Amino acid sequence: MLEDKDRIFTNLYGFQDWRLEAAMKRGDWDNTKALMQIAQDDIIQTIKDSGLRGRGGAGFPTGMKWSFMPKEPKPGKPNFLVINADESEPGSCKDREIIRHDPHKLIEGALIAGYAMRARAAYIYIRGEYIIEAKVLFEAVQEAYDKGLIGKNACGSGYDFDVFVHRGAGAYICGEETAMLESLEGKKGQPRLKPPFPAGAGLYGCPTTVNNVESIAVAPTILRRGAAWFASFGRENNKGTKLFQISGHVNKPCVVEEAMSIPFRELIEKHCGGIRGGWDNLLAVIPGGSSVPLVPAAEIMDAPMDFDGLRALGSGLGTAAVIVMDKSTDIVRAISRLSYFYKHESCGQCTPCREGTGWMWRVMERLREGNADVSEIDMLQEVTKQVEGHTICALGDAAAWPIQGLIRHFRPELERRIAVKRGEAPVAVAAE
Amino acid sequence: MPKLTVDGIEVEVPAGATVLQAAEAAGKEIPRFCYHERLSIAGNCRMCLVEVKPGPPKPQASCALPAADGQEIRTDSAMVKKAREGVMEFLLINHPLDCPICDQGGECDLQDQSIAYGKGHSRFDENKRAVTEKYMGPIVKTVMTRCIQCTRCVRFAEEVAGVEEIGAIYRGENMQITSYLERAVTSELSGNVVDLCPVGALTSKAYAFEARPWELKKTPGIDVMDAIGTNVRLDARGRQVLRSLPRINEDVNEEWASDKTRHAVDGLVRNRLDKPYVRVDGKLKAASWEEAFAAIAKAMQGVSGNQVAGLAGDLAEVESVYALKALLKAYGSSLHEARVDGALYDVASPASYRFNPTIAGVEDAKAILLVGTNPRWEAPLVNTRIRKAIKKGAKVYAVGPEVDLTYPVQWLGADISALNELPEALTKAEDVIVIAGMGACLIEGGYAAARQVASALNAGFGLLHTAAGRVGALDVGFTTEGGFGAVVEAAPKVIFSLGVDEAELAGFFGGAFKVYIGTHGDRGAHSADVILPGATYVEKPGTWVNMEGRVQRTERAVFPVGDAREDWTILRALSAVLGKTLPFDSLAQLRSKIAADHPTLAEEGLAPVAALDAAPKGGDVSGTIVYPIADFYLTNPIARSSPTMQRCSAELIHGESFAEAAE
Repeated sequence: MLEDKDRIFTNLYGFQDWRLEAAMKRGDWDNTKALMQIAQDDIIQTIKDSGLRGRGGAGFPTGMKWSFMPKEPKPGKPNFLVINADESEPGSCKDREIIRHDPHKLIEGALIAGYAMRARAAYIYIRGEYIIEAKVLFEAVQEAYDKGLIGKNACGSGYDFDVFVHRGAGAYICGEETAMLESLEGKKGQPRLKPPFPAGAGLYGCPTTVNNVESIAVAPTILRRGAAWFASFGRENNKGTKLFQISGHVNKPCVVEEAMSIPFRELIEKHCGGIRGGWDNLLAVIPGGSSVPLVPAAEIMDAPMDFDGLRALGSGLGTAAVIVMDKSTDIVRAISRLSYFYKHESCGQCTPCREGTGWMWRVMERLREGNADVSEIDMLQEVTKQVEGHTICALGDAAAWPIQGLIRHFRPELERRIAVKRGEAPVAVAAE
Repeated sequence: MPKLTVDGIEVEVPAGATVLQAAEAAGKEIPRFCYHERLSIAGNCRMCLVEVKPGPPKPQASCALPAADGQEIRTDSAMVKKAREGVMEFLLINHPLDCPICDQGGECDLQDQSIAYGKGHSRFDENKRAVTEKYMGPIVKTVMTRCIQCTRCVRFAEEVAGVEEIGAIYRGENMQITSYLERAVTSELSGNVVDLCPVGALTSKAYAFEARPWELKKTPGIDVMDAIGTNVRLDARGRQVLRSLPRINEDVNEEWASDKTRHAVDGLVRNRLDKPYVRVDGKLKAASWEEAFAAIAKAMQGVSGNQVAGLAGDLAEVESVYALKALLKAYGSSLHEARVDGALYDVASPASYRFNPTIAGVEDAKAILLVGTNPRWEAPLVNTRIRKAIKKGAKVYAVGPEVDLTYPVQWLGADISALNELPEALTKAEDVIVIAGMGACLIEGGYAAARQVASALNAGFGLLHTAAGRVGALDVGFTTEGGFGAVVEAAPKVIFSLGVDEAELAGFFGGAFKVYIGTHGDRGAHSADVILPGATYVEKPGTWVNMEGRVQRTERAVFPVGDAREDWTILRALSAVLGKTLPFDSLAQLRSKIAADHPTLAEEGLAPVAALDAAPKGGDVSGTIVYPIADFYLTNPIARSSPTMQRCSAELIHGESFAEAAE
């Protein structure tokens, strides 16, 4: 278990004030000027050495991402840092806690990361529904400006750096990095074709890096305590600490910072007071937010919670939004609801996702009631395969995976419902 | 120059080419819906997926993927076949099965590609989506349930037409293409979205339920609605031309056509002159050809020399103008004029009245000075070229009243005297072209002033004509020293008018006997003493010379209506009655005579001519410029007779509301 001295987010639960004064007492903005006297490439190397992988879901090495940015921005084409605070994934709520209670970690991180990648400014794109959080962030940014921590000659380092906060309008797709850039530019939030990648031509055609809030917020602490400290947590290739967000049928749902690769059972026992009704009552877990396939109870119980461990189970760590479902869950209805979410949030730009998400949801709804043919389960599986990997962005994949997970692990349940509907099997007694 | 293989075939493509273009170079067909050569890449239909090595283990959109050295592309693998079938299935699940009542049937990309790349059956068991119709104006009919959201129309409106009035609203499967606030699209190029639409979502309103493509006889033609010489394909059934669609000609119209080009064709069967008329006791009475010729012969008795004059209107083709000139010459008259709008410009050498930079050449200009011209109305496809030049970084300056040209323009003033004070950015620019319009030439000395500016700027000079027949008539020398004014001054006793409808001849030639050879009961016919019914541009083989001097020939698509005849044959028959028989009996003979007299007209294409000579002298000029076209949709008798053009004029120029109530 992670010791308190190793926690990065020391005000995660808001027991202290979020404002600058309190944040400085916690160690934020502590001689940031010194951090900015480290050579820019050395900062990037430190982040690389720390093994930090992007906390937004895909797990791309953060240091490597920063190193893609031009070392010498062309005049008229400044580098930009865009911070993705459009946290809309069902189950995810870590960025919200960071911004609500520890906004200065993020702002300081923005400055350090922006300096390391030679960015002129950072844009924080915050989810539209995060109203309190946006208010906090606006205020915190103003505090930092007032104290000269950002803006002209940030922290007295001689480096000019601006931070802008931009509120989204409630579209999940704007959390996709290129759709976010479109939205920032004032256009309809639709993902762009890649290549060109944002590091080549991003916001307003300038080199841009898009990072998750958590990836940025941990950067100053890594620099202060060293790459080796951060890398001392977790397994090889899955280093560091991570905010886990456990929701669903546990006794005490919570957001908690833990070391990567912590076994699932330990995570639940230590922080969530166990599964509701005991471990025998566990049905399945969606370990990384709605986009990843579910994992049945038997497989997840002792699995390490990290990128590679969950990939081995055919799922993924995603944002570490752990959705726990016990045996009272109507698993088909749960996945069908996720399908509805993706149908609702598809941007409509490219064909497989636009047409496929609606089709998948409709079939899922019929499967929920058993109002389908057994052959339609295979058809649905094929349709998900026709969407997966054929779209511009990853929303198509995200819509396909939960259904694939359901069919892989709960096909007997689907077939049972069809049989019940046809009167070929006894109606199950309610599990109450 | 990356080298790559497509299905094992090695190809080398220019740098910057896409995988799709490389596959085409290798002779492999890649199905596509959203991709279009002349629009930006959207990559959203996902139909063009191919397998690429090296690359991720999933198919990639070839339209958006840059071709790179050493790539191995497969368009025939199992993965690609499956991907295409998958995308095709998705496109079809919400596409209505209304092909039997769809106007796109038979020329539909979705139909064709679903046969070639689809599965042949549907697994979709849910209800199909339905989408409410959208109002896009008098040209474009919408059936939005058929839309596959390829966004070609959106990109065309924004990039080529320059009106940001089409877009997509809502998201996911509810995404809908619509016009801004469901108002009519205010573009004179809106009809092109009908051609671009790969399905039957956007179809032609005027052509709705008229014909099937396989019933139509297709004839290559040249459009006469403006002086661009748009290459068109005339689709006729029976005796009526139902459609006029652009043909590809990179030098002239690329693959676009203006709405007038497309939709004025319904004016070809309305308000037509189908028999000769003779004025008896002040009233026009239907007559036979013999009676009409006899009336002309009577009027011509004792007339000689410059007592007889000829005028060529906007829609007169080279053959009839030449024939009229020959007839006048037989009487010893040299009083003939094509510049019937009263504009005055140099006609001494072809370069002085041609659009010398060429239409395609406009794209390469770095700075463009418009003098008295509104190209958006006078030549919409020159306007699209100017837009392309701007995209490459050109700046546009204009002298004339401010109008919306769809791109940023620095307006220098409405008075032509603004030419005396040009901004420094223009005088220092390189690759400048000066485009002078009829608005400048209508001001005395305006043409000379524009020429002088062009030579001072060391710029290319182009005269932007508005009439399809004008340059051809000038090429056969159908002019008089002093222009139209000189003809009026000479007060001829008999006037032959080849479809002069844009000028009120009665006011200029009160006492003269007016013979009108034309097609429509328009202004020219109203004041005529004898009307001889002629053929429109679709009803005769003809030679047309566009504003650049490009010679283009057309075929006959349909026969003239009623007793109407081809114009040159009318003049040939009349000459026999008058006893001055013209020396040609067939079109071939006539054309060889023209070729002998005017070698530039012998061959199709752009014949080179001597470069511009020194600019004509002229003093200070001043005068407020008035553009020659007051109503884009009603510039000639065919368009004025067209119900579609009348409706466009009423709605788009005069702001009448025709939006249909939602039912």
